[in-house]
Amino acid sequence: MVERVMMKGNEAIAEGAIRAGCRFFFGYPITPQNEIPEYMSRRMPEVGGTFIQAESEVSAINMVYGAGGAGARVMTSSSSPGISLKMEGISYIAGAEVPCVIVNVSRGGPGLGGLSPSQADYFQATKGGGHGDYRLIVFAPSTVQECLDMMFDAFVATDKYRNPAMVLADGLLGQMMEPVTLHEITDLKIPPKPWATTGATGGRPLNLINSLGLVGEELERINQRIQAKYREIEANEVRFEEENTADADLVLVAYGTSARIARAAANKARIQGKKVGIFRPVTLWPFPYQQLTDLAKAGKRFLVVEMSVGQMVEDVRLAAGGLVSVDFYGRFNGAIPSVTEVYNEVMKLTSKQGVA
Amino acid sequence: MDKTATQVFGRPQSLQDRVLHYCPGCTHGIVHRLVAETIDELGVREKTVGISPVGCAVTAYNYFNCDMQQAAHGRAPAVATAIKRVLPDGVVFTYQGDGDLASIGMAEIVHAANRNEKVTVIFINNAIYGMTGGQMAPTTLPGQKTTTSPYGRDVNTMGYPIKVVELLNTLTGPAYLARVSVHDPKNVQKAKEAVRKAFEIQVAGKGFSLVEVLSTCPTNWGMSPVEALKWLEANMIPQYPLGVLRSPESKEAPNDI
Amino acid sequence: MARVDFNVERCKGCELCISACPKKIIRLSEGFNSKGYRPAEVIDQAQCIGCAFCARMCPDVVIEVYK
Repeated sequence: MVERVMMKGNEAIAEGAIRAGCRFFFGYPITPQNEIPEYMSRRMPEVGGTFIQAESEVSAINMVYGAGGAGARVMTSSSSPGISLKMEGISYIAGAEVPCVIVNVSRGGPGLGGLSPSQADYFQATKGGGHGDYRLIVFAPSTVQECLDMMFDAFVATDKYRNPAMVLADGLLGQMMEPVTLHEITDLKIPPKPWATTGATGGRPLNLINSLGLVGEELERINQRIQAKYREIEANEVRFEEENTADADLVLVAYGTSARIARAAANKARIQGKKVGIFRPVTLWPFPYQQLTDLAKAGKRFLVVEMSVGQMVEDVRLAAGGLVSVDFYGRFNGAIPSVTEVYNEVMKLTSKQGVA
Repeated sequence: MDKTATQVFGRPQSLQDRVLHYCPGCTHGIVHRLVAETIDELGVREKTVGISPVGCAVTAYNYFNCDMQQAAHGRAPAVATAIKRVLPDGVVFTYQGDGDLASIGMAEIVHAANRNEKVTVIFINNAIYGMTGGQMAPTTLPGQKTTTSPYGRDVNTMGYPIKVVELLNTLTGPAYLARVSVHDPKNVQKAKEAVRKAFEIQVAGKGFSLVEVLSTCPTNWGMSPVEALKWLEANMIPQYPLGVLRSPESKEAPNDI
Repeated sequence: MARVDFNVERCKGCELCISACPKKIIRLSEGFNSKGYRPAEVIDQAQCIGCAFCARMCPDVVIEVYK
């Protein structure tokens, strides 16, 4: 059955999770993601699921650890300061290889920051965030439809690799309403979880959910196994979108909300005859380094647009490897770049001698 | 040797046949055994999930012969909450020390108790941090010397010992709250009865149960194991009175075991 | 006939069993186990009443009691 409805991004995230088979939600109120726990508190009882408003973000992520370890499809959601609070738990979850989905509807920082949308949590999301050598599989939706659809992608990926996945949205996506197509998912792709702590029945060997490695080189061996898994994820799970890059001299690189703004600016510049393309990382980790390197080798220069002082731009520079110049335009601390601002930046760069 | 003799005391099946890493005379081993005996007696080993804390008992998963999860410092009650919600017919217990439960994990224990989660908490109070080397705990006695209260715990600047079961007894939620000690065989037997009662209450679906067990830390107290038992009896019990503070039979009135 | 068996290799010589024994028939051995502890031993098995106080107090499940 297909339904077409108007939804907020936050509601789409929650409904997407439920349609993806998530039956356990643990969270704590924080703006601008409150519609997610509110929606879950109403919907979970309807589908036989469990909603707990935890005493803190710290408690919520540790509930996620427990439920995920016991084999459930489980998630939490929060916004930037709350995600910082969860980081110890997320590190444990990565170390113990527990599947779960964490949603960050991010807002401005540092500190308590503000309530406005921001993309200043890119480093935290893509470089691990907590202590130790680990990564999250990070999906960055840029429409309300994707907020819904990527919850399924995130649950499939987290179960497949036994690694926590994050959906990184921002306050704008969370609060914005768009038409959404609701599909019924017939194959939830939930793999068997023989490792889960469900009770050692019938004489099966004991299961242990643990991230401690005290003896000898045990911890190094655990990390080697996790790193091997990360190489597999990098090989299989990179997702991106590109538009008009084939003939482009300048490629705008942006994700999430910024990608919408960058696309509008690029289209405007095209009308002015500028050869401008768009490259949008859909997974932020694994990051599409190779695809960007290929574009750099083809002589395309980059303009990275972010709602931060410039975080993803560092990964784009890594991909460019010094072959081409990588420029940056950002608004931050809760400010959103306008299409005009980005367009002006494009015109400035493409008007320089030897570029256009 | 009398071949007709039957074993009346031995290792419970729910305790793995391994050398415990605890220091000589540490009473963790006694409490581990009481929990394991209880799991055996109730016949629930195959549906039990335990949660180990951060502290000396962090590797309790090497000892309990059941599925286990290792929790971040203080968060065992949150982890237990979720496991029990996923496995409502399972038996879920946490095993936590005083730093883990009464300091960093105070929020989690209070709220798990307040929600009356159907889990069992075994709380080891030995008035000190063991694993990290004898620092002051929230349960350290007034005047007690530790490596971070070298002049003795000054209640004016470091506060008073936290009485966990009394504190939790102010909540309407919990079903069973008891404090026991393991300083002599008679009290070990009473401790066993309390642990068993706590698990029975969970199995019966009556709600949250917690047993605080007064325990020793001979190494960090700087005493022989036998001296430590005497010190516990003389100093800790006056500060932490033993008894059942809450049970399903009498939800309000405290009574003795 | 009551009897206690000590698994000397598991004993850490903490003496809690000695302090608990009502018959005072347990002592530390003169020798050492492989871990370097002087394990507990029973002086006079015949006097054992099988009360299991020693086993109840043992933190290392060293002691089995038979009756």
